[in-house]
Amino acid sequence: MTHKTIKVALIGNPNTGKTSVFNQLTGLRQQVGNYPGITVEKKIGSCKLSENVKATILDLPGTYSLNASSIDENVVIELLMNKNDEYFPDVAVVVTEVENLKRNLLLFTQIKDLEIPTILVINMSDRMAKKGIDLDIPFLEKELKTKIALVSSRKNIGIDSIKNLILNYESLSTEPCLNASVIDVDYFDKLRRAFPNQLLYKLWLVITQDVNFLNLDRNEVQSNFTKSKTELKRLQQKETIKRYQFINDTLKIGQKIDVSKATDIRAKLDRVLTHKFFGYVIFFGILMLIFQSIFNWSSVPMDFIDETFTSLASYAKSHLPAGEFTNLIAEGIIPGIGGIVIFVPQIAFLFLFISVLEESGYMSRVVFLMDKIMRRYGLSGKSVVPLISGTACAIPAIMSARNIENWKERLITILVTPFTTCSARLPVYAILISLIIPDEKILGFFNLQGLTLMVLYLLGFFMAIVSAIILNKVLQFKSKSYFVVEMPSYKIPMFKNVGINVLEKTKAFVFGAGKIILAISIILWFLGSHGPKETFGNAQQIVENEVYSSKLKINPSVIEDNVAAYKLENSYIGIIGRSIEPVIKPLGYDWKIGIAVVTSFAAREVFVGTLATIYSVGNSDDETTIKNKMAAEIKPDGTKIFNFATGVSLLLFYAFAMQCISTLAIVKKETNSWKWPIIQLIFMSGFAYLVALSAYQILK
Amino acid sequence: MKLTLAQLKKGQKGIIADVNIDEIPLKLLEMGCLPGNVVELVQIAPFGDPLYFIFNDSHVAIRLETAKEIEITLENTTN
Repeated sequence: MTHKTIKVALIGNPNTGKTSVFNQLTGLRQQVGNYPGITVEKKIGSCKLSENVKATILDLPGTYSLNASSIDENVVIELLMNKNDEYFPDVAVVVTEVENLKRNLLLFTQIKDLEIPTILVINMSDRMAKKGIDLDIPFLEKELKTKIALVSSRKNIGIDSIKNLILNYESLSTEPCLNASVIDVDYFDKLRRAFPNQLLYKLWLVITQDVNFLNLDRNEVQSNFTKSKTELKRLQQKETIKRYQFINDTLKIGQKIDVSKATDIRAKLDRVLTHKFFGYVIFFGILMLIFQSIFNWSSVPMDFIDETFTSLASYAKSHLPAGEFTNLIAEGIIPGIGGIVIFVPQIAFLFLFISVLEESGYMSRVVFLMDKIMRRYGLSGKSVVPLISGTACAIPAIMSARNIENWKERLITILVTPFTTCSARLPVYAILISLIIPDEKILGFFNLQGLTLMVLYLLGFFMAIVSAIILNKVLQFKSKSYFVVEMPSYKIPMFKNVGINVLEKTKAFVFGAGKIILAISIILWFLGSHGPKETFGNAQQIVENEVYSSKLKINPSVIEDNVAAYKLENSYIGIIGRSIEPVIKPLGYDWKIGIAVVTSFAAREVFVGTLATIYSVGNSDDETTIKNKMAAEIKPDGTKIFNFATGVSLLLFYAFAMQCISTLAIVKKETNSWKWPIIQLIFMSGFAYLVALSAYQILK
Repeated sequence: MKLTLAQLKKGQKGIIADVNIDEIPLKLLEMGCLPGNVVELVQIAPFGDPLYFIFNDSHVAIRLETAKEIEITLENTTN
């Protein structure tokens, strides 16, 4: 039996339910990656069509047309233009939505012009009755020269008919549905004569877009056929009008809308949700609910995870042969990984809420409400999305700034988003707060520790806004203030879409952070248990000599501890730590905290694991938790290392410092220069240093 | 005096007469902000900006300064 694979590209406007169609077709058989060199998410899934035929489905980023205005949209064009691409589709599936058919068909007519076999999916067919819409499918199929699948991805209706159409894609027509070149006959005639072997529409896209096109020398086409920007845009407008004329003519016959039957819940909801008073009340109510639930609802699973990892660590300790390697596993790696896994419930809740807000269509209303206010700070209404999702992780947040049209607003958003309290700061905050803030209630019901955490969150937002104001004053470049937000109809979020989204994001977080922690734990362990021969190698001797020369009676176990401490201090990590001590001492940190701070520049959440590893290398006591070890650390004068001043200084340092290599990498990619991430690193970390310094000096 | 989208009242309809192509993103044209189409102002955001319109079945919010670049004529029978 031969196995055949059909390559399918899923294309469509945003808000057409394209991703639901993708999820229905592929289920959990999905892989998420990136397109090479850029940070656009690439989703591929597979789907069985018949006994021996399967389909590989590529879910392309949502786009309004083939005239790209962002790198996400560029991906679509580059793929469809390049026959040699490994994912060049055998068949394109264009997803449209029954209520926005007219607008969605614009993209469809463009895809048809590329002469790729194309299937038209009309989604959300379950809404037709409610909206009084009736479609003449055979007529539409004839006019649009395609096959149509009427689908409701929500109710899982019509998915099989998509599969059938994909299976029989070879019988689809590749004829364009209209001739757009009539908008400028002379120009297109010349173009056709100059490149007789090329598709006219492809040439036109090459002229108007900034896309790579392998088979053709772009310079040659552009130098001979270029026009001024305004002329080109005028032609594009003419092209758009031409396409809409065709679509309107087709729909006039193929689509009947009985307005009297239509009910519009959108208008009613919009009146409330974008109300100048209630709109804000509802928005802040939702924000409060999100933060409440993150901290209250997740406490049960978090306690469970905490206990599991603690018992896992003690199991490893008692069942593995004693030694430093066991210490590494039981007290470095397991608590380090546990320190991440414990935040899975909170992160999952956060992604759940963000996903629900976006799926329901509510996020666009927030953008609408907040635009004018945010603009005062040099941001856009669309900056609200990155700033809120930044509380989960700055990386997807910075990527979501991509749909801010105005470059200056987008840049400021990218630069200030890392100030919002991301989930990686949580482990650090949690352990420090529990060390320095008493677990007491004030005014009867406010938990002091919880309150401190909330203050730190607010501080993050506050700093983001303050730096936006500064950047808005400093950055002196003008860019046009384009701002277009679609207000999609309200939808009840689909469990499957939200679930898959939450699962993927959480998985990426855990594995991403887990890898870094594992690597750093091992490096630290190595550096902590090795050192120069003359001091580290002769530790036993040196300590014993010291003890005997002091002629005091000393318990052998104390000697053992002293040897361990001496070894740690003279290990490679100790040497590195003590060399940076002068810089961090004014902040109230000893060299061990210093090492934790330095390793945190890879990722903040490493802080806890680093301290765990360092303390376990230099400590013979196995039973205590990291927190107790931190509480027990003392200075040479006998006072606690983690006192109030040092704790506050650390909290403030972590609140402001730019300690995330992945974020810097994403900023470099999104801004296309090293300039911005470097400025970000210096500005944020420098500021953090100054604030932590002043806090410690005032409080000590 | 030329009338622009910025001068519509909430709930009022007009017909797009001309768009200043240098100041309007192509995306807006593609959503159906084209001469001849009917446009309705649905909602004005708090503080008077942005504005929320319906044209060509698209529900779209744009800023005041963009709305000023789109000329309209009023329908004879406004509702």
